[in-house]
Amino acid sequence: MWQSILFNLIQVAVVVGLAPLVEGVLHRMEENVQSKRGPSIFQVYRDLWKLLQKDEIVSGESSWIFRAAPYVAFVMPIFVTLLIPVLTRYPLFFAFMGDMLAAGFLLALGGFFVALAAVDAANPYGAMGASRTRMVGFLAEPVFMMVFFTVSFTAGSTIPYIVQASWSAVPGGFLEPVHILVILAFLMLILADESRIPVDNPSGQFELAMIGKSKYLEYSGRGAALIKWAGCMKLVVLTCVLCNVLVTPWGLAAEHTLAAVLLAIPLVLFKILIFLLVLVIIESSLAKLRLFRISEFLSAAFVICLLAMVTRLMGS
Amino acid sequence: MINLFTEPLDAFCGGFFLLTAIGIVSTRQILACLRLFVIQALLLVAAALLIGVKLSSGDLVAVAVITFVTKVVAIPWVLKLSAGSEIYAQREIDQVLNIPLALLISAALVLFSYFVATPMVTAVGQPFTDINLPIGLAGLVLGAFTVTVRREAMAQLIGLLVMENGVFFASISIVPHLPVIAEISAAIDVPVMSLIIGLLIRRIHKRTGSTVVSELATLRED
Repeated sequence: MWQSILFNLIQVAVVVGLAPLVEGVLHRMEENVQSKRGPSIFQVYRDLWKLLQKDEIVSGESSWIFRAAPYVAFVMPIFVTLLIPVLTRYPLFFAFMGDMLAAGFLLALGGFFVALAAVDAANPYGAMGASRTRMVGFLAEPVFMMVFFTVSFTAGSTIPYIVQASWSAVPGGFLEPVHILVILAFLMLILADESRIPVDNPSGQFELAMIGKSKYLEYSGRGAALIKWAGCMKLVVLTCVLCNVLVTPWGLAAEHTLAAVLLAIPLVLFKILIFLLVLVIIESSLAKLRLFRISEFLSAAFVICLLAMVTRLMGS
Repeated sequence: MINLFTEPLDAFCGGFFLLTAIGIVSTRQILACLRLFVIQALLLVAAALLIGVKLSSGDLVAVAVITFVTKVVAIPWVLKLSAGSEIYAQREIDQVLNIPLALLISAALVLFSYFVATPMVTAVGQPFTDINLPIGLAGLVLGAFTVTVRREAMAQLIGLLVMENGVFFASISIVPHLPVIAEISAAIDVPVMSLIIGLLIRRIHKRTGSTVVSELATLRED
C-alpha cells in the first residue's frame, strides 16, 4: 500500500523533475548536429526559474479560461503519468482507471484549453495558431484511433501495462509487420502532435509560420513557465508510451522493491536518450512541410496504420 | 538461434517491404523513390537469404546473390549512367491523383491482395507463405498502381521494378527450389530493360525537354 504510493510519487517526480532535462538535452543535441556548441543541458531549468520569478501580465479583457489554461495544461501530463508504465512493469494504483485512449484524451484536453486561451486573449496570431493546431489535430485524430484499434486487436486490451506485457512476452511477435507499422504510425503521430519538424518548426521565431508556439505568445511569467514545463512533460510522457509500451518493452522494474524502481530510472532515461537521437536525426534531415502538405503526412500515417490492421487481421 | 528467429526476421523484412512499396507510391522526389527501391531490393535479398538458409536451399541463396548484384548494384548504376541528369534534375513527380487519395487506394489494394492471398496460403502450405505471398502480391499490385498513377517516365520505370520485386518476394516462399535459370534470365532481363528505358528517357528529355508522360500525347514530324 504505502510502497505503491511511494512508487507512484517517484514516477510522477521523475516525469515532472526530469522533463526539462530531456528538453535541454534535445536542444543541445540539435545545436551540436548543426556544428554549434548549443546551450547547457540545464538551460531549460534556468529559463523556468527565471519565468517563475517574473510578474505575470494578464489582459483585462480575457476571461478565466486564460488564467486556468496553464494549470490545466500542466496537470494533464501528470494524470497521464499515473496511467502509463514509466518505471514499473506491474500496474500501480491508477493503471486501470483509464487506457491509452483516456491518456490521449487527457492530453487533448490540455491542448483544448490552451487553444481556447489563445483565442481568448484576442491576439491575432493566437487565433491563427489555434486554428492551425485544430487542423493538425483533427487530421491526427483518425490516426490516433486506428493506432489504438490496432493495438487492441494485437494485445487484446488498450491498458498500457497489458499491451507492454503482451509485447515483452513473445520476442517473435515483436518483429511482426503489424508491430513495425504501428510503431512508425505512432512516431509520425508524435511528430505531428508535438509540433516537431516535418509538421512544424519548434525553434522557429516567425509568428506567421508557427503552428504550435503561437498559442503561447500572450503568456508571461508563471503562466509561460507552466506551459513550457507542460510541453516538456508531454514530450516525456509520449516518449515513455512509445519506448516502454511499443518499441522496447524491457528494462522496467519487475520487482516490488525500491532498489528495482530506482534502477529503472537510468534505464528509462537511456531509452529516452536513444529516442531523442532518432528525433534529432529526423529533425535535421527533413524540411518543414508546407501547411497543406501536412494532410499528406498524416494520411500516410493513417494508411500505414490501416495496413498494420490489415496485416494483423488478414495475415494470421 | 538463427533457426528460431528466421520466421520473425522474415516477417520483419515483409513489414518493411510493404512500407517501401507504399513509400514509392507516395514520395515526390525521384531520387528518394530510387533509394526506396534499393532498400526494397535489399529486403528481398535478406528474405531470400533467410528462407534459403532455413530450408537449406542453395537456389535461394543464388537468387539472393543475383538479386543483390542486379537490383542493388547494377540498376541504380545503370540508371544514373543512362539518365543521370533526369534523376537529379527533377524535383517533384507529377501525379494523376493527389497523394492522400493515392495512399487510400493503395491501402485498399493491399487489403485486396491479402483477401486474394489468404486462400492461396492454405493451398500452398509452405512455411513462409503466410507472410511472403500476400506482401509480395501487394508489392506487385502497388507497383502496377505506381505505373498507372505517376506521370513521370522514371517513376513508372521504378514501378515496373517494384512489380518485379513483389513477384520475387512471393515466389521465394512458394517455390523454395526455384530453378536458378529463371532467376538468371530475370537478372539479365531487368538491367537491360532499365538501361533501354533509361536511354529512351534521356533521348525523350533531349528532344522535348520533359519526360512528363501526359504531355507526350501528340506526334511531331520533322
